[in-house]
Amino acid sequence: MLTDQPTMDQPTINRTIDARGSFCPGPLMELIRAIRESAVGTVIAVRSSDRGSRIDIPKWVEKAGHRLVGLTEVDGYDEIVIEKLH
Amino acid sequence: MDRILILGGGVGGTIVANLLSRKLRRQIDDQEVEVTIVDQSGNHVYQPGFMYITFGNEQEKNLSRPERSLIDERVKLVVDEVTRVDDTTHSVTLASGATLPYDQLVLATGSRIAPEEIEHFDTEAHHFYTAQAARSMRVALDAFSGGSIVVAIAGMPYKCPPAPLEVSFLIEAELRQRGLRDKSQVHFCSPIGRAFTIESVSDMATPVLEEKGIELHTFFNVETIDPARKVVQSLEGEELHYDLLVLVPPHHGAQFLIDSGLAPAPGGWLPTDHHTLQVGGRPDVYALGDTTDLPLSKAGSTAHFEAPIVAERIAAWVTGKPLNEKRANYTGRVMCFFEIGDGKGTLLRFDYDHPPHPPKPGRIWHLGKVLFNKTYWHTVPRGRV
Ligand SMILES: Cc1cc2nc3c(=O)[nH]c(=O)nc-3n(C[C@H](O)[C@H](O)[C@H](O)COP(=O)(O)OP(=O)(O)OC[C@H]3O[C@@H](n4cnc5c(N)ncnc54)[C@H](O)[C@@H]3O)c2cc1C
Repeated sequence: MLTDQPTMDQPTINRTIDARGSFCPGPLMELIRAIRESAVGTVIAVRSSDRGSRIDIPKWVEKAGHRLVGLTEVDGYDEIVIEKLH
Repeated sequence: MDRILILGGGVGGTIVANLLSRKLRRQIDDQEVEVTIVDQSGNHVYQPGFMYITFGNEQEKNLSRPERSLIDERVKLVVDEVTRVDDTTHSVTLASGATLPYDQLVLATGSRIAPEEIEHFDTEAHHFYTAQAARSMRVALDAFSGGSIVVAIAGMPYKCPPAPLEVSFLIEAELRQRGLRDKSQVHFCSPIGRAFTIESVSDMATPVLEEKGIELHTFFNVETIDPARKVVQSLEGEELHYDLLVLVPPHHGAQFLIDSGLAPAPGGWLPTDHHTLQVGGRPDVYALGDTTDLPLSKAGSTAHFEAPIVAERIAAWVTGKPLNEKRANYTGRVMCFFEIGDGKGTLLRFDYDHPPHPPKPGRIWHLGKVLFNKTYWHTVPRGRV
C-alpha cells in the first residue's frame, strides 16, 4: 500500500529510526537491525531522505515476510512504516 | 608546544603523519610541534594482499613492515593500545596506563572484524580478512572437489566492498581451471536488493555473474549457520546448502571509541563531517579511513585521499595560515581496482557527486592492481602519491 497521506487505521508506531542523511544501504540496514532487536508485532517507522529507500525497503519487507503499513512523503523525506510479523 | 596525536598507524594514520612531517618540518625541528603515532602492533599491514594469499601465492611476510620504517624520523611512534579518549581533558589513555595529552587528535584506528558474533562461524565459515584466515581458505579450496560454494556477507558495512564479489569471480575461474566447474555451484549472496551498493557497479557486475553462472541471491542477510545440515540461513527466510562457506565477518569500529562516547554502539563508526572530516563537530578531532561513518567504501584508497585534507587542516591550525578551501575539503574521492577473474579487472573511480563508470573489464586493470600491490610500500604510506 502506497499512500501520500497517513491512513486512519495506522497502528501506533513503537520505534522510529531517523536515517535521514544516510544513503543506500544505510536506511535498510538500520531497519534490519531494528527488526532483529524488536519483538513480533512491533511497528517501526523509518525516515529516509534517500529516494532509493521507497523502492528497496518495501521490496525487502515483502521478501522478509513482514507487513508494509504505509509509505508517506513528509517534508522532503519518506516515512516508511513496517510491522514485524515473525 | 603543539601536540598532534594520531591514533592508528595503518594507511590513514601513516600518510597523515608523513604529510604533516613534511608540511611542518621547521616547526618540528624547532620543537614547536610534536607529531606522534600510537599503534597497538607497531606493524603496518597491507591488507589487500590477504586476498592474494588465497588466490595468488602471496606470503604473509611480504604484507607487513615495521611502522617505524615507513614514517619520517621526525614522527614519534608509541607502540601501545589506546583504551580511552577524554575529549574534555584532551588526553588519551593507553593500556600501559600512560596518558598522552593532545591539541589536535586524528582517529585512524580502522575497523575490526567480529566473526564471533555469528554462531559456528569459526568452525564452519572461511574468510580472507586476516592472513591466517586467507591461508586456511586456500587449504579449504585445495581440498574442495565439487559441490556448493556460498559467498555471503554477515554484516554491513565491511572493508573493501567489492571483495566478496571479486572472491566469487576468482573462485569460479579457479574451479573452471581445475576442471571442477561442472561439479560445482557458486552462490553470491547480497544483503541488499542488488549485487552491489553502488547501482552502476551492480549494473556492471550482474551480467558478469550471469555469464559465469554464479547464482545471485539478493536481500540475503546472514542470520544463522546450521552445521548439522550444512546450511546458512538468512533473516529473510532463505536457506542455502554449502560444502564450502565464505562469509564476510561483521565489522565494527574500535571498542575504545564506543567506550569514550565518541562513536555510537554497536557499529562504533565515528560521526564524521563529509568534507572537513571533523568528528561530531569538534574542531580539534579528525577521523579518516575505515573508522568513519561516511557513506563511502571502507578502503585504503578512501583513507589515502582523505589524508591530505586532515594534514592541510592541521597544518593551517599550527601555522595560522588561512585554509586552502580546495585542499581542505574532502570530495568523497575513492579509486579501487576490481578483480573479475581470468586475469581481468576493472576500475571504480568516484566521489560524493559522481558515481563510478567502470570501464569494460580488461587485463590492464588487473595488472594495475598487481603493480599497485608491488609498489605500495614505496609510494602510499610515504604520502608520495
Ligand atoms: C582482504 C582485503 C582486501 C582489501 N582490498 C582493498 C583494495 O583493493 N583497495 C583498497 O583501497 N582497500 C582495500 N582493503 C581495505 C584497506 O585495507 C582498509 O580499508 C585500510 O587499511 C583502512 O585504513 P585505516 O587507516 O582506516 O585502517 P588500518 O589500515 O586498518 O589501520 C588501523 C591501525 O590502527 C591500529 N589500531 C586499531 N585499534 C587500536 C588501538 N586501540 N590502539 C592502537 N592502535 C590501534 C591497528 O593496529 C592498525 O595498524 C582491503 C582489505 C582487506 C582485508
